[in-house]
Amino acid sequence: MFSYYLELAMRSLRRSPGLTLLMVLAIGFGVAASMITWSVFRAVSGDPIPGKSSQLYTVLVDNRGPQYNDEGEPPEALTYTDATALVAARKAAHQTLLFDVAPSVLPEGNQSIPFIADGYATNADFFGMFEVPFEYGGPWHASDDEGRAAVAVISHELNQQLFNGADSVGREITMDRHTYRVVGVTAHWDPQPRYYDVFSGNQFGDPVQLYLPFTRAVDVAMDTSGRNNCGSNVDFGTGRDAWLHGECVWVPVWVELADQAAATSYREFLTRYAAEQQRAGRFHWAPNVRLRDVNNWLDHMHVVPPESRISLMVALGFFVICLVNTIGLLLAKFMRRAAEIGVRRALGAPRREIYRQFLIEAATVGLVGGVLGLLLTALGMFGVGLLFEPEIARLAHLDFSLVAMTLLVAVVATVLAAFYPTWRAAKVQPAWQLKSN
Amino acid sequence: MLHIKPIVVALKRHKAGTVLIALQIALTLAIVCNALFIIQQRIGRLSRPTGMVESNLLAIQNRWVGVDDNATGPLIKSDLQALRQLAGVEDAISTNSFPLRGGGWSMGVRHDPDAKKPVSSAAIYAVDDHALSTMGAKLIAGRNFRSDEIVWVEQKAYAASPQIIITKALSDKLYPNGSALGKTVYITDTARPSTVIGIVEHLQVPWSGTWSDSFSDCVVLVPTQLTGNFGSYLIRSKPGQLAAITATAPRLLIKNNRLRTFSRDRGVRTFETVRAQAYKSDRGIALLMGVVCAMLLAITAAGIVGLTSFWVGQRRRQIGVRRALGATRHDILGYFLTENLLIGIAGVVIGALLAIGINLWMVTQFEMARLSMTYVAAGVVALLLLGQGAVLAPALRASRVSPVEATRSV
Repeated sequence: MFSYYLELAMRSLRRSPGLTLLMVLAIGFGVAASMITWSVFRAVSGDPIPGKSSQLYTVLVDNRGPQYNDEGEPPEALTYTDATALVAARKAAHQTLLFDVAPSVLPEGNQSIPFIADGYATNADFFGMFEVPFEYGGPWHASDDEGRAAVAVISHELNQQLFNGADSVGREITMDRHTYRVVGVTAHWDPQPRYYDVFSGNQFGDPVQLYLPFTRAVDVAMDTSGRNNCGSNVDFGTGRDAWLHGECVWVPVWVELADQAAATSYREFLTRYAAEQQRAGRFHWAPNVRLRDVNNWLDHMHVVPPESRISLMVALGFFVICLVNTIGLLLAKFMRRAAEIGVRRALGAPRREIYRQFLIEAATVGLVGGVLGLLLTALGMFGVGLLFEPEIARLAHLDFSLVAMTLLVAVVATVLAAFYPTWRAAKVQPAWQLKSN
Repeated sequence: MLHIKPIVVALKRHKAGTVLIALQIALTLAIVCNALFIIQQRIGRLSRPTGMVESNLLAIQNRWVGVDDNATGPLIKSDLQALRQLAGVEDAISTNSFPLRGGGWSMGVRHDPDAKKPVSSAAIYAVDDHALSTMGAKLIAGRNFRSDEIVWVEQKAYAASPQIIITKALSDKLYPNGSALGKTVYITDTARPSTVIGIVEHLQVPWSGTWSDSFSDCVVLVPTQLTGNFGSYLIRSKPGQLAAITATAPRLLIKNNRLRTFSRDRGVRTFETVRAQAYKSDRGIALLMGVVCAMLLAITAAGIVGLTSFWVGQRRRQIGVRRALGATRHDILGYFLTENLLIGIAGVVIGALLAIGINLWMVTQFEMARLSMTYVAAGVVALLLLGQGAVLAPALRASRVSPVEATRSV
């Protein structure tokens, strides 16, 4: 019976090609618009570290006070003073601090032109906490942090560029005039959004190329290439040392806490820390601290670009209108065949069969619309670059799940849209139809 | 004239179709109004002036390699000297940032060093006495910096300059009832005062995001050359020489000193490119909304044509009967146009309410402005016209139904 209904459907669709084309186009464009914007949205709003996002917390301490803070919220990272003190306290299972650096890397040879590599100055805990995969070697040790060692971890991509992809552990690289020994090479690693450095606006930045010890970077006076933000009217003097120990905020700190109990006790520790600073006369206000896990942090920082949300909503609205349009057209199409339905019913077809016949016809329309939508989606992937920043546009891609979803959404939505017209068709009174002809 | 009552009675027999067309018109109106509004807002941002003469302007973002922050002074001086002597160059400056660059430095400007909240945020451009001529900014009061006022200082050691030039917008914010010229203000967190020695007509901040909209034209020029590893050169070419210096200037700089880098996508850019990159997503959104609006209107029109054609087909006999009883073609045409107008009016009323509702929600979600009623009114007229246009072809077909149809198939 299924293949017979399919044949009936094809015949009926061919009978009014204009109407069929209109429905297919509406569904195709509607589903394509939704899928293109969805592909971007899912990329920017996904959980970047699904297994662990509720165990990683960023630590925030208000060093500005109620007068200068952001409507009660502490600044979005810590000062050098607070960051180093909290990491040295070792009150969490693991803790890391980081700031982004962009040292120049000088390839070997004296006529070589240097280039800039983006990376982070951080500590040994970083790699375990954020689950960085390694191709060769591994992270440096905590003793290297204390020893302020000149070591570095480089990315797969930078290793390709500098050492042609060979195992470069033990080799040396020159950054900003200083040499560093490579201890590890990461495999390709590029979590999106880059939750651990939203502070500098790098959430969708190009993949990180290198990592070196925080302590070492401070020793060689390597500056942050990211954001820094001095926001109170305390005059702490000028010059590098004053800046380092002043109230300029530029170091994100992350801690790993296994469960809620650990988080609660860490929050208490943090409050005690802020209270101590108050007693010491550094803060003139009650402790104002925050502990935010990955998803809470991404949410708080509005990491999903408004362009992405607006365009997804517009596309969905567009799809809904296309479906309303399809309901109307299917209604017209089905009701035009009232006489045919009357005959079928009079010959003994139960309502169930009418339902089956017309839903199969609708599903056929949906499937053809879905295939058109798929082609348009693939086409639209090239156009995403027009709409979004290149670093966001590169996140959109057509994969198996998107293909499956495009077809599924098209068919399911069309079948749902067909329910009302089908119900009307099934209600046709056979006697009435036969009589009026 | 036209009798509305029989039309309404007839519509009651086609509830589903009527509701679907009205619903489609309502949703289309709601989305089109908001989309047009977003387009207008984005286009408005695209066309904001930078206050500079943007033709014949080249921007180079330079980064030194392996030089101490406080040792870059002589290198920058040497670069500037070479650039200003380069054939085809009108003038050149070294600055920490420039309009639409993307990154920069903002400060809170205060009347009083102890004020809790600054009067306004402002972008700082650390430049020398060549800035006004290189940028093409127009001085409307006071004077330019003198070359003996320029100081060279390491970035982190910067303390407020004694002389500053500000934009008119900032002057108006600081002194709404007069001019800031000659007045003293505080531009850093320190108690060092700065005197306003000049006012330029307009200059834009380095950022194009909506977060900086509240101070997008508040800029302070300070007579300072910051030493450090990062910096930009703005170069004004002689007319027609831009393409030439875009090629020669970077070569000259590398010849001058090899140990530097220009970033891949933001290293060497004509100002046209700077502007295009800064407003890429604004233009993209406007484009997307435009395409969506056009497709929506097309689909809605097609839907109306489809459903009305069906109705006409269904009612051929009734139309025949009416024609046989003396109705003119004009009457039939009028019937379908009025019917569509009634549905359309119901649709646009719901749609207008929906449009306002969606906008109110977007205001809370995206810090968007309130929808102006002009857009709703324009949308209402556009959709009613669209509906009438779409129904015209099927209605004309209906009016051509011959009275003979009344007698057929009986």
